[in-house]
Amino acid sequence: MNQTVSIQKRPPAQGTDRTTIVLLAALVVLLVAGPLLPRWAMFMLNVSLSWGTVVLGMLLLMRTGLVSFGQGLYYCLGAYAAGALHHFYGIADIMVMLLASLALAAAVAAVLGLLLAKYRSIFFAMLSLAFSMILFGLLVKTSALGSTDGFGLSAKTLAGITLGERWERYALFATTVVVAFCAAFGVHRYLSSHQGRLAGAIRDNELRVEYMGASVRRVIHVNYVIAASLAGIGGGLVGISIGHVDPEMAFWTTSGEFVFIAILSGTGSVLAPFLGATIFESVRSFAYEYSPNTWQLILGVTMLLVIMFLPGGLWSVFTRRKAA
Amino acid sequence: MNQFLAIVIDGIIYSSWLFIIAVGLTLIYGVMKILNVAHGSLYALGAYAATAFGGYWLAQGHPPMGSYGMLVLAAVFVGLIAGPLIERGLLRLVYGKEEVVLVLVTYAVFLILEDLTKLAFGVDPLSIPEPYGLLGSFEVGELMYPTYSLVLVVLSLLVAVGLALILNRTRQGKILQAVIHDREMSAAMGINVGRVYLVTFTVGVMLAALGGALTAPTISVQPGIAAEVIVLAFAVVVIGGLGSLGGAALGAVIVGMVRAWAVHKWPEVELFSVYAVMALVLIVRPQGLFAAPEARKI
Repeated sequence: MNQTVSIQKRPPAQGTDRTTIVLLAALVVLLVAGPLLPRWAMFMLNVSLSWGTVVLGMLLLMRTGLVSFGQGLYYCLGAYAAGALHHFYGIADIMVMLLASLALAAAVAAVLGLLLAKYRSIFFAMLSLAFSMILFGLLVKTSALGSTDGFGLSAKTLAGITLGERWERYALFATTVVVAFCAAFGVHRYLSSHQGRLAGAIRDNELRVEYMGASVRRVIHVNYVIAASLAGIGGGLVGISIGHVDPEMAFWTTSGEFVFIAILSGTGSVLAPFLGATIFESVRSFAYEYSPNTWQLILGVTMLLVIMFLPGGLWSVFTRRKAA
Repeated sequence: MNQFLAIVIDGIIYSSWLFIIAVGLTLIYGVMKILNVAHGSLYALGAYAATAFGGYWLAQGHPPMGSYGMLVLAAVFVGLIAGPLIERGLLRLVYGKEEVVLVLVTYAVFLILEDLTKLAFGVDPLSIPEPYGLLGSFEVGELMYPTYSLVLVVLSLLVAVGLALILNRTRQGKILQAVIHDREMSAAMGINVGRVYLVTFTVGVMLAALGGALTAPTISVQPGIAAEVIVLAFAVVVIGGLGSLGGAALGAVIVGMVRAWAVHKWPEVELFSVYAVMALVLIVRPQGLFAAPEARKI
């Protein structure tokens, strides 16, 4: 087996790098422009950013050389954690709900990560798929959680502040924007840290990483928990913004869509998943409207084209031009 | 006692169904190292083709017994068209990429086929119930079973024995084993590896379509069956060991029995019992129960 080892140069030390500037600009623009957006656009951006957050976790795993066909597990857990708070305890605070999503996803991932950190390639994909299908099977048969129908939820307050009808949507939108920003910024910083840089090294040749004295399993475990936490928060956000959760969120096709966006976006930058998710959501809204039976056809063809001709994903278009 | 008997018989019937839907998947993986996500769509295509072929046959007023032939013919038809098309048109271009990339490629094929099926056959449920009812039923003690299920059991045994004989007793089978063992060396010895891949993939597709065609009389054929079947097939082949024929049989029996037991004794866990077993096997023995562990290459 030939393995190509790509040598990455450390970017020149700048006060603030370009990604951070773009992130900050996007944060400000979205927060300011939010109230001006029509309802449908706000909703679509809301879902896109939440999905982007989930795919950001996939990006981290893919940088480590792992493709998970089971991120739906944490996406669904996050959504159900937020929903259960509202459904059973009447708690309807966005902050509390999201913390619950994060905590549940991270806790489950911490345990399952112990096992999954030993697996690679298709075995990693298969085992993560099996776990998410177990959750799907459980939820479908649990009538207390609404079986196949799931249940509804909504958020009324943000960190204890009661929101009026008018600000409810915007508060959720602003929260999503801030969460997505923090996630992207955090992962960006993490990837340029010592531990974060090991991800690419593991993908290239994990044996050498072990020789160098780093623990591959520990790095994978940590990255897995981070990815799961991001999927959990993303799930919580989507659950609240749609106002409904159901077991489909853990079905393997949901995880497949995350994989699709991750491949489409590429792993070049933490900005890529959000770009990819936004394109995905916009195309999906239009496709559902005009041609519901060719939506997956478009996805499949796009995916093949990206794999064949643009292995670095959409993001590589930007970086390639820069290099030229 | 009666319940025990019911569990065993249900288990056998379900196991043989599982074997038929999963054996093509394991064959393709064993030879080509491709975990074919599109297997589920080819199963669905087989089912749709069966409703079309069988429906046409019956509408023409031919003897209804002939509809069984049409089911098989539908599978062969799908195999001969889709197999070479996918293998020559697409997979040929991506051989040698990482296994996980190949999973993504076949996932893309899965997505494409999902919609092509909808475009070709519409989104309304179709059915071809005649072959199911035609054979009547038989009794075991006080329990009634459709004879069609018995046919399924016999057929899956035939497929298993047939494949084992071809693999171990014929020249073509030996060639296949050589390719599985070492692709490059076989090519150096003058084996046309490209043709072996083409034939293997086509046969695998045919088996997937056969699974679909034989299932078509017992279900309502509609969008979504592909996604359900493929994860079941994954579970079966992963439990037995990817790429192993005996493994697929063992996996089918385990999953079939576990599900039959769950249906009778503990219906709440029916859906996830299969995946729980899959996860358990992966945890204890990642390479599956049958396949030998592979030495890690540096």
